[in-house]
Amino acid sequence: MKTVFVTGASRGIGKSIALELGKDYQVIVGFSNSKDKADEVAEEIKKLGGESLAVQLNIADRNSVDEAFNLIEKTYKQVDILINNAGITKDNILPRMKDDEWNDVIQTNLTGNFYTSQRAIKKMIKNKWGRLIFISSVVGISGNQGQANYAASKAGLIGLSKSISKEVGSRNITSNVIAPGYIETDMTSFIDDENRENIIEQLSIKRMGMPEDIANMVSFLCKDESEYITGQVIPIDGGLTT
Amino acid sequence: MEVNEVFDKVKSLFEEELGIDSEKITMDAKLEEDLEIDSLGIVEVVMAFEDEFEIEIDDEELTDVGTVGQAVNLLHSKL
Repeated sequence: MKTVFVTGASRGIGKSIALELGKDYQVIVGFSNSKDKADEVAEEIKKLGGESLAVQLNIADRNSVDEAFNLIEKTYKQVDILINNAGITKDNILPRMKDDEWNDVIQTNLTGNFYTSQRAIKKMIKNKWGRLIFISSVVGISGNQGQANYAASKAGLIGLSKSISKEVGSRNITSNVIAPGYIETDMTSFIDDENRENIIEQLSIKRMGMPEDIANMVSFLCKDESEYITGQVIPIDGGLTT
Repeated sequence: MEVNEVFDKVKSLFEEELGIDSEKITMDAKLEEDLEIDSLGIVEVVMAFEDEFEIEIDDEELTDVGTVGQAVNLLHSKL
């Protein structure tokens, strides 16, 4: 059975991905702070007959990433599929954005995914099979006011993933980006009812997205049947960027 | 371990990991031109060397390695 590592899997989109993939794979539930929630996700996968382990890491820290992979590889040999999902926001308009707000978001959302991908890719090359999936955002394609740092980090993932796809395509490894639109998670819970109505107005599909809408596409991209899809950016946004 | 023993191990790793025809693998064979190993292939054989000989190879050590013989000598010097 293949092993999947989902970062930021204690809640939101990452949790939904972990639960969906738990049906077919051994799932490593990566978390930074929410140990209890991550353990619950792992337990839920086990209850449904799957195999799962919650692993703490700070993706912004290379040593922490290495330690997490060492732990995973002790139990499961290698990570076959890496879902780079973990991310943070520190919103501010550009004239007021602090260096820390910029650096923290870039370090976690972009550099952190460089660390995890670099660590995972070596075993994938050796194994001549692998899947990298980056959870970006439509904000990385369209931009968003107050999110210059977040949008830059999410756009950066597109260049990272496309480059990886060209480097390792010859080894049956694909790399793709999913760009979610407005998805019902903690990260979008601040949107009030009036704004919510305005957002839905802009969409072709008249509802907010659900984490499962993302998880279903991730599940397909993990499969052998998706082997001819690589270096792509797939928006899942109810038609927002159409 | 003698140099010729290292060469034999290297030869079998090249055959197993990269599917290279054993007749082509000589001490003088150039990794890129003669054996057609690309940069990812080098990464693969280095990982295989590290596992087989239980050593660590830094990228800097590889800069002067262009032939099978140079790879064998590097490995021999590290054992």
